[in-house]
Amino acid sequence: MTPTISYQKPTARGYYGQFGGAFVPEMLYPNVEELRTQYLEIMAEPDFQIEMQALLRDYVGRPTPLFEAKRLSAKYNTRIFLKREDLCHTGAHKINNTVGQILLAKRLGKTRIIAETGAGQHGVATATVCALMGLPCVVYMGAVDIERQAPNVARMRLLGAEVRRAESGSQTLKDATNEAIRDWIANPIDTHYIIGSVVGPHPYPDLVARLQAVISEEMRKQLLEKTGSELPDFVVACVGGGSNAAGAFYHFLDEPSVRLIAVEAAGHGINSGHSAATSVLGTPGIIHGSRTLLMQDKHGQITEPYSLSAGLDYPGIGPLHAYLGEVGRSEFIAITDDDALAAVSECSRLEGIIPALETAHALAALGQLGAGPDDIVVVNLSGRGDKDLDTYLKNMDKLV
Amino acid sequence: MNRIANAFASKTNLLNTYFTAGYPSLHDTIPLAKALVEAGADILEIGMPFSDPLADGPVIQGSSSVALANGMSIPVLFEQLQGLRAAVPETPVFLMGYLNPVMQFGVEEFCRQAAAVGVDGVILPDLPLAEYEEFYLETFKKHGLKAVFLITPQTSAERIRHLDSLSDAFLYLVSGPGTTGGTTQPDAVTQAQYFERITALKLRNPRLIGFGIADKAGFDRACEHAEGAIIGSALIRALEDVDDAPAAAGRFVRGIKA
Repeated sequence: MTPTISYQKPTARGYYGQFGGAFVPEMLYPNVEELRTQYLEIMAEPDFQIEMQALLRDYVGRPTPLFEAKRLSAKYNTRIFLKREDLCHTGAHKINNTVGQILLAKRLGKTRIIAETGAGQHGVATATVCALMGLPCVVYMGAVDIERQAPNVARMRLLGAEVRRAESGSQTLKDATNEAIRDWIANPIDTHYIIGSVVGPHPYPDLVARLQAVISEEMRKQLLEKTGSELPDFVVACVGGGSNAAGAFYHFLDEPSVRLIAVEAAGHGINSGHSAATSVLGTPGIIHGSRTLLMQDKHGQITEPYSLSAGLDYPGIGPLHAYLGEVGRSEFIAITDDDALAAVSECSRLEGIIPALETAHALAALGQLGAGPDDIVVVNLSGRGDKDLDTYLKNMDKLV
Repeated sequence: MNRIANAFASKTNLLNTYFTAGYPSLHDTIPLAKALVEAGADILEIGMPFSDPLADGPVIQGSSSVALANGMSIPVLFEQLQGLRAAVPETPVFLMGYLNPVMQFGVEEFCRQAAAVGVDGVILPDLPLAEYEEFYLETFKKHGLKAVFLITPQTSAERIRHLDSLSDAFLYLVSGPGTTGGTTQPDAVTQAQYFERITALKLRNPRLIGFGIADKAGFDRACEHAEGAIIGSALIRALEDVDDAPAAAGRFVRGIKA
């Protein structure tokens, strides 16, 4: 069936082509249905927009700068701009979404918030808006991620959130998401689940993409001011679930001249058995309530992804990204742990910006774009590297 | 009369036992089925293990992990179920699991093989109703498989009636909020009101209550409000660290139906 949708708009049941939908147990049906029937209406209310725009401006620090990275540009012989989401309050793009969802949750009458987190950026962003709004917050995080992202765990606790360990499976983002969904099943009336990426049952992929779309909306205005054209030649963003990429791509989706580059984590190498490169290793299946590309064995059991980066080791990608890849609108590049670490070093030393390990995957793709001297490349600098300092210290030999 | 209708017509206070195929050992599936029925289980629900079972709590998830590590898969299960009807000739048997493994196996082939080994119905909690009606219903019907749907305290009357119209097996009443094996149950009055609300709808399908029912007292209470109940996690717990799983399963069932 050919979908009669633009890239931004899923069908009524939440499909982007064959991907999407809402595959949830009956226990979650009323919650998801409540959200589905109300989110667009609530988000369109003038009061909602006024409150959200004020928070994005005065609390988050938007618009974030679009910085022309001249030394990186010289190195790659092209014109590179960095969209500075790392300068958002809490250090990553994640708060764009949590600000919107907390306002939505309040209007839905919810009194308790839950979230999942991988690297901790979404957990911190959720804990932050819960503190701001005075709502109790429980964040599920894989036991492995709790160890490797200790500063963010401390931040969440300082902000008043309860961090609960997910001990099942690989004890990373996938398992944290399972636990959060189970919490929601157990608390269907009072609780809103703030999903942090463009994954999960409809309407989450669309909801989160819309809230992150502020990134590309600003990019267009800023590019016009700085280059005379709203449209770059490339937009580059890392993809775990894919929220920063969805936000960076959103207002360029219907601009075919803009090449959209989604950068995945290859871990130790795509075929090493320790990878999270879903676009290559994944096949269509159902994870966390939506049909998308996911890493699974031939019997449909979800396999454990791997990446040094806690934010990218997710066995699926958002259904929008699965669709964009399938129809050829976006291109995927996979970057290994080592190449990402090298990019951390390069960006730090050439531009004085220490990126998050997730973001470093996007930066590491710069050499593979084939961009020419006249091309304009925008990299979505999705987060800052403070949270990853422990990992960087342990890998100083690779940070050449 | 089919096995399901026959069971509900001829018995009261039916006990439906859930166990995970391939747990505690890979080849326990048929011996457990036989032992459960011989001890008095009226319906069997055989779990198809999945790596990420969203509607299940830690006990069933744990048993699924063990079963997968033991080598259980849908092809292996169907091979084992060749012996199903020799072991339990009259008992209704349902396969319970999640959509993804069934999709990867192929829905049509899954239904064909399930029917061929004598399975009566399927419970797939994450199969959306709209998808079922559009893509699956005909296939299920063609192979004579009955679909079972879950109902929760939040399910609207209108939706319950719709679910009732699409099934001719039983309706699975989830006892309260939470995943399987949950220990937090709503207070007895709230729960009774929920069950009474369902009874008042005078549905065409019989009802079994599940989730959080662990012992004889819980089973007896559930039977006051429905045709019977489903026990899963408590049975799985009774199979942990035992030398003879079928014997332990038999003891468990006799303890409930005593």
